[in-house]
Amino acid sequence: MNRPNASGSSIESEQLRPIAAAAKAREPMNVLIVGVGGQGVIMVSKALASLAQSKGFEVKQSEVHGMAKRGGTVFSHVRFGPQVWSPTIPKGEADILVALEWAEGLRWLAYLKPDTGIFICDTKRIVPPFACLNRRPGSPLRYSRETPAEVKAHVAEGYAIDATHMAEELGNERVGNVVLIGALSTALDFSAEDWEKSLAQFVPKKTIAVNLDAFRLGRNWIAEARTNPAKIESPATKTAAPAHVPYSVRLEITAEWCKSCDICVKLCPERCLRLNEERIAELAQPEKCTGCRLCELLCPDFAIKVHLDSPKQGVAA
Amino acid sequence: MQAMPETADQSKRPDKDVRPLTGNEAIARGAWEAGVRVAAAYPGTPSTEIMESLAAYPAEDLHAQWSTNEKVALDVAIGASFAGSRALASMKHVGLNVAADAFMSQAYIGVNGGLVLAVCDDPGIHSSQNEQDSRIYGQFATVPVLEPSDAQEALDLTRLAFDLSEQFDTMVIVRGTTRLSHTRSPVAIGPRSEHPSRGFVENPAKNVMIPAHARRRHTAVIEREAKLKQYLETATINRWETGDASFGVITAGTCYPYVREVLPNASVLKLGASWPLPEGLLRRYCESVERVFVVEELEPVIEKELRALGIKVEGKQFFPREGEFSPEILRAGFEKAGVLEPRAKRASWALEPLARPPVLCAGCPHTSSFMAVRASGARVAGDIGCYTLACLDPLRGLDTTVSMGSSIGNAIGMAMAGDTKPVMATIGDSTFLHAGIPSLINAVYNQANITVLLLDNHITAMTGGQEHPGTGKTLRGGDAPKVDYEALVRAIGVTWVRTVDSYDLAQMYQTLREAIAHRGVSVIISNRPCVLDPMKIKGPALAIVNEQCNACQSCMNLGCPALTWGDDTFEGRHKVKIDQSMCIGCTLCAQVCTVDCIKPAAPMTTTTVTQ
Repeated sequence: MNRPNASGSSIESEQLRPIAAAAKAREPMNVLIVGVGGQGVIMVSKALASLAQSKGFEVKQSEVHGMAKRGGTVFSHVRFGPQVWSPTIPKGEADILVALEWAEGLRWLAYLKPDTGIFICDTKRIVPPFACLNRRPGSPLRYSRETPAEVKAHVAEGYAIDATHMAEELGNERVGNVVLIGALSTALDFSAEDWEKSLAQFVPKKTIAVNLDAFRLGRNWIAEARTNPAKIESPATKTAAPAHVPYSVRLEITAEWCKSCDICVKLCPERCLRLNEERIAELAQPEKCTGCRLCELLCPDFAIKVHLDSPKQGVAA
Repeated sequence: MQAMPETADQSKRPDKDVRPLTGNEAIARGAWEAGVRVAAAYPGTPSTEIMESLAAYPAEDLHAQWSTNEKVALDVAIGASFAGSRALASMKHVGLNVAADAFMSQAYIGVNGGLVLAVCDDPGIHSSQNEQDSRIYGQFATVPVLEPSDAQEALDLTRLAFDLSEQFDTMVIVRGTTRLSHTRSPVAIGPRSEHPSRGFVENPAKNVMIPAHARRRHTAVIEREAKLKQYLETATINRWETGDASFGVITAGTCYPYVREVLPNASVLKLGASWPLPEGLLRRYCESVERVFVVEELEPVIEKELRALGIKVEGKQFFPREGEFSPEILRAGFEKAGVLEPRAKRASWALEPLARPPVLCAGCPHTSSFMAVRASGARVAGDIGCYTLACLDPLRGLDTTVSMGSSIGNAIGMAMAGDTKPVMATIGDSTFLHAGIPSLINAVYNQANITVLLLDNHITAMTGGQEHPGTGKTLRGGDAPKVDYEALVRAIGVTWVRTVDSYDLAQMYQTLREAIAHRGVSVIISNRPCVLDPMKIKGPALAIVNEQCNACQSCMNLGCPALTWGDDTFEGRHKVKIDQSMCIGCTLCAQVCTVDCIKPAAPMTTTTVTQ
């Protein structure tokens, strides 16, 4: 079954830990690469797949296109070994999870092998518009709150790396994914030269130099993280939610000034206003109103005033 | 780890040129190698790259085109077959619904030049409106369905499909799924074999489907099915892989690798064609094992057929009828069936995953269109394209979406049924050309009181930026005549037509109000190119003057991915910040800002456009 130069034993080499222990014998090596549309997930997986194939392994690389360009989740399964069946990695069987974005890394954590899986994650946060929909004062951002330290405690081996920032320091924020390839390269038994050769095929000619710098930066970062873990601890991403002040909203609508133009009704983000039978604006669904003041600001006739009443202090703000 | 199954040898062609190809690229390669002369498609995920790959082969070898819709594409391929050349049409599963009229009748006619239909299903609904099972179409029309399980088979079975088509005088379906289409694996490729045109064969009894001819052709179709079954009894595309006799698995297509992943040593009958089914082979196989499981994604097509033959099989009670399969789902099914030992469950870290639905791009011209639509207070019949994403918060701008081109017909029905709100249809340029024109004619003819917003972003955007008759370019990049929407709409008989710049929000609001006030059919063409295709547009970014921001979050109504909460607050609400790397400077947020605090981040320069 073995391809002529696909030796299963070569990926068991001793010198470079972690060389995912489970990649022994005939089981394929499973690498899951995840991120957000536009970050270069597919490029990372192509570089790895091409390298593995050039070494004589059978390779399957599977992803789902379609929504990827539109800021959605992107993931690519790369499996290689003497024989690969399923194009997707079963849950709990990824040897390595490479994440180009923090919350995406957390989304796929359950795919890692619990005892030996290696987690390599950029601390870059891409906050989707969905996380910022609540206009209530003090409302929390709906984004993952786990810190790198918490995540590291839950995986066999974890690295939170500020790859995007490192790429910016190299002068090209787009090579963040290549910093992560550098980090990934230390967990697989391919030589740095082979990696660099594979990379060069997948980046624009003009950017080969900066991409190779990014690769080496990621590779060295891991080496340093292993020898001196404390030094490279990335900053905590947990941000304290602003203190929440309880309040209730009261709309003061001056009926005589309202000319039924409908602007407040149509542009209310919560859609909680309507025109009553006299075609005067009124608050139809007070429980939905967040007190964002948009109606007050948009009313051409100054007919709406928003009061945020706090039970303790009377009128807040 | 158990030993490898002996029959699974994927390196049978060590002497050949082996390349990593996706399933779609392999189908295209297979068609090219088979000597295809004419190929046509309408883009649709996951099938789109089949035609894009074919267009990369020399124009002397084949004509490849984007057609206006799937029925046109299939008709073009049928025409080429009539003329005696090998032809291919490709489409996604729901595209076959559009092409079904031609498809069902062609099944009676049969072929002259080999005719292959590549259909890609989408189990799991990654990017579609349903997950219908196209194999049932094969059964419905009595057309054979070949099912590749990986890219190598995609190439081999596509080549074979052309030969079978000519041998058995039938169109042949090559059915893929999203997983096949978008998985890259090594493929041994070969040279092209030329098949000179057979020339048109004048035979009205076979080619002209009037009732007297069609009755006789139906008999021929039934005879053809029997011959195909006979062929499949011994065809090598069916593989009987022996193993432990206590149970066996019958499977086909992309389910096969999952079966092998979880049951490396089991006895498996892998069918290369999921329609029609060879009765004798199935009976012999089922007698060789004690229990038989059928593993197939979506509908129980093979399972039902086996039951009809009186064979006792198990299947859908263990494996779901909906969604995409995975090794985990198969393992769970076989554990439930008592065939696999249950694995110890490990408690995993319960994390609440971040909601990250796809969104309209920063600067997308649909954003402003739907801000205006939302403010119009209309009942909105939506359609299929990127703008369907406007159904989500915060735009929440459309009320229905059914299928390609449905919006205008749906709007006519809503208006005729007496919806109390003004009724509007929103439809993209490519979708309008695909299936919107007949319904717009219908609206004029029946004097419906509706407004049609034609969202012209100059490309087929959702599928990744394909040309269409409104772009002025062909699939191969050549120049083509360009549809003039305004002239087209006027010719249909619409008297109220305006074209608006999508980025001029005030103009959009005002025009929409006037269009709704018009009694009868009014058409607004919102005109701005997609920010991604054919070229990526990036202008100078805007920034928030933080001290002035009053956190009204009016701009957040746009749902622009470049806008998120900043670190500061005002009255407890979050101020907004703009991601400079994403912002393309479309100015929509500045147009809706209540305190005019959104300004260019750097002094104004001319807009730069990068490829």
